[in-house]
Amino acid sequence: MTAARYTEFPNVGEKSRALEEKLKKIWVSKPGFYGFIASVDHKEIGIRYIVTAFAFLIVGGVEALIMRMQLAGPNQNIVSPEAYAQLFSMHGITMIFLYALPVLSGFSNYLFPLVLGTRDMAFPRLNAFSYWVYLAAGIFMYVSFLLGSAPNDGWFNYVPYADRTFNPGPNIDFYALGMILLGISTTAGAANFVVTFFRMRAPGMSINRIPILVWGTVTVSAGNLLAVPAVSLAFFLLWMDRQFGTHFYDAASGGKPLLWQHLFWLFAHPWVYIIVLPAMGMVSDGLPIFCRRPLVGYTLVVLGTITTMVLGFGVWVHHMFATGLPYMAMSFFSGASFIITVPSAVAVFAWIATIWDGRPIITTAFLYFASFIAMFVIGGVSGVMTAAVPADLQFHDTYFVVAHIHYVLIGINLFGVLGALYVWFPKMSGRLLDEYLGKVSFWVVFFGFNLAFLPMHWTGLRGMPRRIYTYPDGVGWTGLNQTTTAGAFLLAFGLALVLTNVLRSIRKGEPAGDNPWDGPTLEWATSSPPPPYNFAVIPVVASRHPLWEERLCEGTGRTSIDRGPQLDSGREALATTAIDAHPDLILKMPADDPWPFFVTIALAIGFIGLLLQAWWLAALSVIATLAGTIVWLWPRRDLAQIAEKQHV
Amino acid sequence: MKPLARATGGSVSTLLIMITSAAAGDTPMSYLESAGARAAPVTPLIWGLIYLSAAVVIVITLLVIVGSLKRRTTDAWLPGQRSDVERGGSGVLRWVYSGLIATTITLAAFVAWTMSTLAAIRSPDQAEQFTVHVVGHQWWWEVRYIGSSPSQSFTTANEIRIPSGRPIRLRLSSADVIHSFWVPALSGKTDLIPGRTNETWLEANRTGDFRGQCAEFCGQQHALMALRVVSLPGDEFAKWWAQQLKPAPGDTGASETVRNGRELFVAKCGICHTVRGTLAGGKIGPDLSHLMSRETLAANTIPNTRAGLSAWISAPQQIKPKNKMPNVELSSEELHAIRTFLYTLQ
Amino acid sequence: MSETASAPANVFGNQVLRIGPMRIGSRYRGSSGWWGMVTLIATEAFLFIYLLFTYAYFAIENGRAWLPAELPSFKLAGPNTLILLASSGVVWWAERQMRQDKRRRTLMALIAALILAGIFFTVQLMEWKSKPYQLASTSYASVYFTITGFHLAHVLLGFVILALLAVWTAKGLFDDVRMAPLSIGIAYWHFVDAVWLVVFFVVYITPRFG
Repeated sequence: MTAARYTEFPNVGEKSRALEEKLKKIWVSKPGFYGFIASVDHKEIGIRYIVTAFAFLIVGGVEALIMRMQLAGPNQNIVSPEAYAQLFSMHGITMIFLYALPVLSGFSNYLFPLVLGTRDMAFPRLNAFSYWVYLAAGIFMYVSFLLGSAPNDGWFNYVPYADRTFNPGPNIDFYALGMILLGISTTAGAANFVVTFFRMRAPGMSINRIPILVWGTVTVSAGNLLAVPAVSLAFFLLWMDRQFGTHFYDAASGGKPLLWQHLFWLFAHPWVYIIVLPAMGMVSDGLPIFCRRPLVGYTLVVLGTITTMVLGFGVWVHHMFATGLPYMAMSFFSGASFIITVPSAVAVFAWIATIWDGRPIITTAFLYFASFIAMFVIGGVSGVMTAAVPADLQFHDTYFVVAHIHYVLIGINLFGVLGALYVWFPKMSGRLLDEYLGKVSFWVVFFGFNLAFLPMHWTGLRGMPRRIYTYPDGVGWTGLNQTTTAGAFLLAFGLALVLTNVLRSIRKGEPAGDNPWDGPTLEWATSSPPPPYNFAVIPVVASRHPLWEERLCEGTGRTSIDRGPQLDSGREALATTAIDAHPDLILKMPADDPWPFFVTIALAIGFIGLLLQAWWLAALSVIATLAGTIVWLWPRRDLAQIAEKQHV
Repeated sequence: MKPLARATGGSVSTLLIMITSAAAGDTPMSYLESAGARAAPVTPLIWGLIYLSAAVVIVITLLVIVGSLKRRTTDAWLPGQRSDVERGGSGVLRWVYSGLIATTITLAAFVAWTMSTLAAIRSPDQAEQFTVHVVGHQWWWEVRYIGSSPSQSFTTANEIRIPSGRPIRLRLSSADVIHSFWVPALSGKTDLIPGRTNETWLEANRTGDFRGQCAEFCGQQHALMALRVVSLPGDEFAKWWAQQLKPAPGDTGASETVRNGRELFVAKCGICHTVRGTLAGGKIGPDLSHLMSRETLAANTIPNTRAGLSAWISAPQQIKPKNKMPNVELSSEELHAIRTFLYTLQ
Repeated sequence: MSETASAPANVFGNQVLRIGPMRIGSRYRGSSGWWGMVTLIATEAFLFIYLLFTYAYFAIENGRAWLPAELPSFKLAGPNTLILLASSGVVWWAERQMRQDKRRRTLMALIAALILAGIFFTVQLMEWKSKPYQLASTSYASVYFTITGFHLAHVLLGFVILALLAVWTAKGLFDDVRMAPLSIGIAYWHFVDAVWLVVFFVVYITPRFG
């Protein structure tokens, strides 16, 4: 290489077989075990996220079914009170932290570079790292289960019950350290989405042409960057209280139990939006495909997404209405909690208008998306109900709230995800899911879910508190609980059918072709599954719906899919400007790299050291993690990070 | 789509039927009916919210179903087939704007209703009669009646008696972890938080027996931490208070068994339990000075009958695993003596 | 290297997009890493906001009695703050020198900054030692040591980063174009200093207000 290669004249040309062959050699991950741990391909990582998250969904679901058996009748003793506490704690932790966000991160990881028209995420190695750390944190927390000392104070983990005085075992340490570890993964992933959003779009994809699912994920990623430190800190302080006798939370020595609740909900309320907004984004992009028209009110929906996230930071106190707050504070946070409904309503009306003004094609995905709207509204209005302080003092900590969060988590997360699965599985696998089995399983899931959780609102209105392992006869809860148990098993059966469909279609599904749904966005412009480099030439975008623009008469000129910058001298991608997406730089992208995996191992060992109070192990891990990170970040010529000028 | 219509419509109407039939008497924890001034203004707000929510859900669901059915294309979908895309009518945004306006107006009305209800339950109409200090323990409720002087004060557990139609002040604190005081028919929840004393009030507008339960997860037996509030006519309440102030009956005139039982009780149970007028002065468990005036045992878990009491004394860990009362080895004679003694604590 | 040379217009679809010679890869603030540092600083800033929220929560809930009898003194912390500020100035100068391709000066400045960071670190440890209370004494002590401890951990990480930058500079890995790691690492050091100013204000100055 000659000196001073600081600029390059990118080849611009047509797609060709030779170019594709060349790019494939450059971009493909190595085969075998090394390739497995070293791959930085966002598609591979995205699929790993999704598969892992679904595995956790199954585990969390089994925990739920055991609890449902216990609650199917009064005074039952299928599990002990302690086992029940561990079950409901791990169920919450699993579903909220190990399933709900990671599954969305998986879809976003897979889809971001494809819908943005680029070749990878901004930080491919960081992407691999955030997956490995997520996996490590999940395993870390689940080891506790095998030892019989899983977290037992609920996902909300209130002190002082979580303090050593009342909870001397390692249960809470697993949770505290596991959450700090998971926080590292979440933060790394969030940073990656944000930078990818600003830097890695196809030229011409100005800020008003970005698909909504990208907006959803990037908004919550920004939210994550600001919210995750609160919970990491809360857990760190708890761990200090437990290990070193500090006094953050113990009232006896001037600590404040309510500090925990503030820090926890400062994080956990935004988190509720964090685990639904990307799903709403996928619906906003998926539903219009089947309505055969663009989403109504793109700009309003984007603004609504951002507003929801911003307001989401101002309502945490509504989880604490019963803690004896001043009335002024209650009024303020109650008002704020009502207001947050408004931006969510924007999305609902936009979806409905899209259906009414479109020509819906009733596919399985459409069924999930359309029912998503109804589920969204049920989860939404029950949320509004709890915003009314005096009413919330009754709803609070009853099954009414349990029903509410399940409409949010299943209705707004899982239904969106399943719809997205039907839309994008063909892109991921190259094969279609079976529509007949899809529709059958949809109805089972739909009936099972509503049978389990719609009557549960009433269980709550009849005053059944949350987190009780048993209940007496004669308080009017038995029949409702039996219904819920029946519904839960039906829902589980429905999900088993979905899984069957996936497993069967991977091998036997009909070939999908590049664009099975005739969708509008760039991921449909490449093959299914996409090649390692995503696009042989970088598309140049002229509208919000590149593949529909001719039919919609939209945009400035025509999007160019087959001709564009080839970027074939090494692993290259195009960086564009943040707002207008003008070409800015040629980025040299990293290839397979095992260091993210090694650093994860070093980091995880450190957390094991902290858990076992083996300080030498923790110290060793700090050194190993730092060393590994330094190797990872060492400036490299192939990434154009080293001076090429000859110094005199 | 027909099944979707039926299912959603069906579910919604089932919900409504269920809710409207909730007035059944066998739901002691329901908060759709109130019996006290701190709950009464809230009940209509809850009903208002339920009706609003049901209406919104029905309207939106119908919009989705009707829109999907009415507008759907009848052509079969074929994978990869290029089909029409429409730019869409102009003015569709009206949907969103109208929806926004309707949402905002409705919300504003409910915010106003919420605020006025909040003001209404802030304090009672008349001054409180007296203060009851409730201390949460894993997993029972200590109930201290604060009289005009220490000699007029006493402590009991798990059952709160109040004079009907009179507000009383509640002071709430915790001896260990966070609990939450909740008697749905009379009041929403207020937490009992270590290091902090919360105050609220309670008033029953009729006589009766109201069930309550701890509403914040507080450990393994959170499920079996219930309580009762019994509202009595004023004169009966005064009589009850006077009775509670009395110490346990003395030895004079007591039978051999009772005297034995008292000794055994002091020796085996006195470290944790108090019975005023005896040497038993433990503070760990409930005050048993007038145990027989209470109708239930173990935080409203089992009835205070002969069988219930025997079972509880001999094997509390079987009835409420991991609760703080140990299984104490007692011969059947000892058990009989202790039970007979306890029976004198009226 | 001249970008003024007339670039041919490229036609894509039927729209025209000019793509001429393009800059490659990591350059100063144009690199992805610099954006990444912005996100890291955002999340770390919020970590400190939550720490200071904790301090404020205790201070408000408990009132004055919560503060120790002897308020944190400026004796060590005052000069130490100036030392940290000086180090920020030094690394700012280091970055400027590298932009003019003066590697030797950059290296000297980085070494100077490392010395200043080392002094700050040592003085902070001395201040900790001089306290009559320990981490587990009172809730104030827990908060005090945790906040300053978090900051000191960041100083330590910043020290490692500056040291690494010094090594890379000494090895001649950077010049006036390829210097993104330098800009990124120095941005982090500025952040560590800015955080200290806020911590200093909250922990050392606000108790004197009332």
